[in-house]
Amino acid sequence: MTLWVTVLAASLGCLALKAAGYVVPARALQRESLRRVVETLPVALLSALIAVSTFATGKHLALDSRAAGLAAAIVLVVLRAPFLVVVVAACAVAAGVHALHP
Amino acid sequence: MHPGAAPPDALHGAVHRRIRNRALAIGLSVMPFGVSFGAVSVASGLSVVQTCLLSTVLFSGASQFALVSILGAGGGLASALATALLLGVRNGLYATRVAELVRPHGWRRAVAAEVTIDESTAMALAEDESGHAKRAFWTTAASVYVLWNLSTLVGALAGSGLGSPAAAGLDAAGPAAFTALLAPRLRAPEMRVVAIVAAAAALATVPLLPVGSSVLVGGGVAAAGMALRSRRATA
Repeated sequence: MTLWVTVLAASLGCLALKAAGYVVPARALQRESLRRVVETLPVALLSALIAVSTFATGKHLALDSRAAGLAAAIVLVVLRAPFLVVVVAACAVAAGVHALHP
Repeated sequence: MHPGAAPPDALHGAVHRRIRNRALAIGLSVMPFGVSFGAVSVASGLSVVQTCLLSTVLFSGASQFALVSILGAGGGLASALATALLLGVRNGLYATRVAELVRPHGWRRAVAAEVTIDESTAMALAEDESGHAKRAFWTTAASVYVLWNLSTLVGALAGSGLGSPAAAGLDAAGPAAFTALLAPRLRAPEMRVVAIVAAAAALATVPLLPVGSSVLVGGGVAAAGMALRSRRATA
């Protein structure tokens, strides 16, 4: 039930954010400082997400098969591999390491 | 817009073909992301219906992936929701540009809002000079919307058949997807500093805070630092 509330709130909330750009006067949103913060937010959040989803298990830090998957992903992203290759390789490496050290 | 400089019909045809081909290529390129999202979402405990609803209504890959990733790690609903919303803020800023370029009216405005995302905005901006921003926006939006939802469904159905996320390596799909989304945003050196500070702050607060909320702290600390810096620079 609460999961449904989260799914619906996130969906409608993100839709409202998109709609806001069509309703709020453009000038109010195109201030340089605001634009920079909006550009910075995804960088900061994505980086924090990578760190936490790789190295945290609940409230503990952990080094496990996910780190190996992330390392593979970073190498492939630097080599400009397509998205499909990056994700499949990261999953394969993580699954392989997990099988060796479950 | 360049209404006075309309090219002849033959050129129009070439531009239309270019837009169609690019829109299709962009749509195809989001499909692996859609399949991974579908599989990870189901592995995180969402149903196939909930997973597909996120793609049809929320329709923004980074927010969707962040939501299910935090929920899958046992994070609180509020943290997952707040992270997804903060990642969605940029679409609102895109919308101000798209509103000028595409000028949708009436019910089309609501549809345009729903499909204002990275890909459709980038294509509209890229075709502004040719005077075909409107066509580029709508064609890309349609291509990405259809293929994103289709690939989400495929991933969700496939994910239901997989075993434990760790055994299938699916727990690495989130970090890998976020890395692919982050990399193109790191060209400016200051963005690399933001990324490092955010990751460090998030990890440092993992043992102290409720599960999932350290992502918000990391993201918030780095973005606030950037805001202070730019305020000082403009003052």
